[in-house]
Amino acid sequence: MTALTRLIASIPFRLTVAYMGAFVVAAALIVGFVSWRANALLTTRAVEALSAEITALREQFQAGGAPRLIAAINERIGEPGSNLYLLLDATGRKVAGNLSMLPPELADAAHGRVFSYLRGSDGAGAGRRLAVGEPVAVRGGLTLVVGRDIEDQRQFALTMGRVALWSVGLLSVLGVGAGILISRAVLARIDAVTEASRKIMSGDLSRRIPLSGSGDELDRLSDSLNAMLARIEELMLALREVSDNIAHDLKTPLTRLRNRAEAALRDPGGAAAYRDGLVKTLEEADDLIKTFNALLLIARLEGGAVAESMAPIDPAAIVSDVAELYEPVAEDAGLDLAVSAPSGLSLVANRELVSQAIANLVDNAIKYSVSETTDGRRQTVEISLRGAGTSIEIVVADRGPGVALQDRKRALQRFVRLEKSRSRPGAGLGLSLVAAVARLHGGTIRLEDNAPGLKAVLVLPSSGPGAVSAPHVAPAGLH
Amino acid sequence: MRVLVVEDDRETALFLQRSLKENGHVADLAGDGETGLALAREGGWDVIIVDRMLPRLDGLSLIEKLRGEGARTPVLILSALGEVDDRVKGLRAGGDDYLTKPYAYTELLARVEALARRPAPEEQVTRYTIGDLALDRLSHKVTRGGQAITLQPREFRLLEYLMRNAGQVVTRTMLLQNVWDYYFDPQTNVIDVHISRLRSKIDKGFAKPLLHTVRGSGYMIRDGAD
Repeated sequence: MTALTRLIASIPFRLTVAYMGAFVVAAALIVGFVSWRANALLTTRAVEALSAEITALREQFQAGGAPRLIAAINERIGEPGSNLYLLLDATGRKVAGNLSMLPPELADAAHGRVFSYLRGSDGAGAGRRLAVGEPVAVRGGLTLVVGRDIEDQRQFALTMGRVALWSVGLLSVLGVGAGILISRAVLARIDAVTEASRKIMSGDLSRRIPLSGSGDELDRLSDSLNAMLARIEELMLALREVSDNIAHDLKTPLTRLRNRAEAALRDPGGAAAYRDGLVKTLEEADDLIKTFNALLLIARLEGGAVAESMAPIDPAAIVSDVAELYEPVAEDAGLDLAVSAPSGLSLVANRELVSQAIANLVDNAIKYSVSETTDGRRQTVEISLRGAGTSIEIVVADRGPGVALQDRKRALQRFVRLEKSRSRPGAGLGLSLVAAVARLHGGTIRLEDNAPGLKAVLVLPSSGPGAVSAPHVAPAGLH
Repeated sequence: MRVLVVEDDRETALFLQRSLKENGHVADLAGDGETGLALAREGGWDVIIVDRMLPRLDGLSLIEKLRGEGARTPVLILSALGEVDDRVKGLRAGGDDYLTKPYAYTELLARVEALARRPAPEEQVTRYTIGDLALDRLSHKVTRGGQAITLQPREFRLLEYLMRNAGQVVTRTMLLQNVWDYYFDPQTNVIDVHISRLRSKIDKGFAKPLLHTVRGSGYMIRDGAD
């Protein structure tokens, strides 16, 4: 496709041309109608004036007969810009007037009242000119022709017509030119979008559509395309990360499982050894199932598949129920569990998932807490609920080793385990499950420094996920 | 106990049949939904185990038809779909319990036995007694050997559930689901800690323990005599 055909085929160009065409046709119709009406009006006026003149001349004739009529005609001829007069006798001979002969058009009634005549060869207005006139019979066999020159009017109409034609032509040219310019400007930007999307299709997912900065429709379109691309890229990265991590987190226990079974088979210890091997194999399989279930749940949450099961729930009840579930565990670990769950806050959420998210946070807090300190006091894990504008915040804070600033983003990703917890099954999915739950509810999870320790803040919008319109509900820094 | 197993995977079905037989139960098999429905209509079953995805007639439709005909046999649904919504759909269709694949056989056995022994809704018991342990559901009072025992509300519900299933194995998952109404799997074995607290309140200082740990399965409350 050449540049020209591309230009002609472009939407802005076709629109401009169509618009111009419609405009020119409308303008031509209006100009034509106006000049037709103006011409008709002027002609009618001329005919009326002629009738009046004929009446006046008839009166002259009645008052003083032919001589008086002749005198009147001669007097009128003398005036500048006068009408056309011709008085013929019964034989058709000219008696008076400024027309040399009876115009042939008037002799024949079919031609109407318009005729042409030859003006005397003196001066600028010489030549054949157009006039309207009317022959009338006067008593005594005389024929009187009174006419009015309409050549100027005709010339004016002609000039107007020409001007109109030129204008239409000029307008068309300008319109097409403007169409080309506009099309090129728009095409250039559309081409940029097309080019960028081709590059993206060919695999460069990090590329974005350039914006002109004007904030117009194309910019808005490009902006939301970019947001879509960002989301796709994020999902693609997440997917890649998942496959990498599945490879690691499922293959490792699978290998262990296989090794256990193999070792048990090789073991010469007989039935007791087989039994022991099978028990361990079962444990290993159960851990695998746990990991697999957590993975599936995260995948499902990220797909937004559970969004329909949201209901109004009391966040205070959710928090204290989870706290109650873990209180004996904390006590066994030598920790105090401090719960602050004021009532009166509202939340639209999936009770099961939010409970699980809080449980994961509490579970982590208990696991990572250092239960003994140098001064012998018991450590406390704090669970608190508070309102924050249109959201609620559930804070789980511990006094454990915390998470280093550079590791916090990573800690929310799937499978990531900060080194010390490597051996614990499923532990790596805990925080990423919390992040997925937060995201499903239109909220976020923040990891903060509890100085010392870790403070995990789960932020959920009170009115549920529907209230968040922005496409970016990803936890801060999860990219 | 007679159990009907409606499961299209032959190996799983045979495994269940053999395992249930080892535990003293009789299990008949149906390989598809229509056969399952026909057998279920014959009646005489204590529990029906239905796989959710079956050829010819899916598990949920089977249960709906059965319930539509007035059959009240307890039904345990087995499914690979384990999310909240799936479970709600299964129970809404008329299932009495829902177990997600892959499951441990001990878990399945405990649930089947609990279903078979479940009292009908109209015969609600207000008082449970095991040996010298008594729980009054109306006054919320627990006594052992005439001695009052103070329990937290959740401990009371835990004991109540255990006593309702006295002599039956109750798994950790069953406790978590029925006492706490949580269907997720906590990473730490929180149930064990709650049980040991309860045990210290009801068994400590008494010669005969009532709350027993069943290795590899869960817990059981029973009078040591049996």
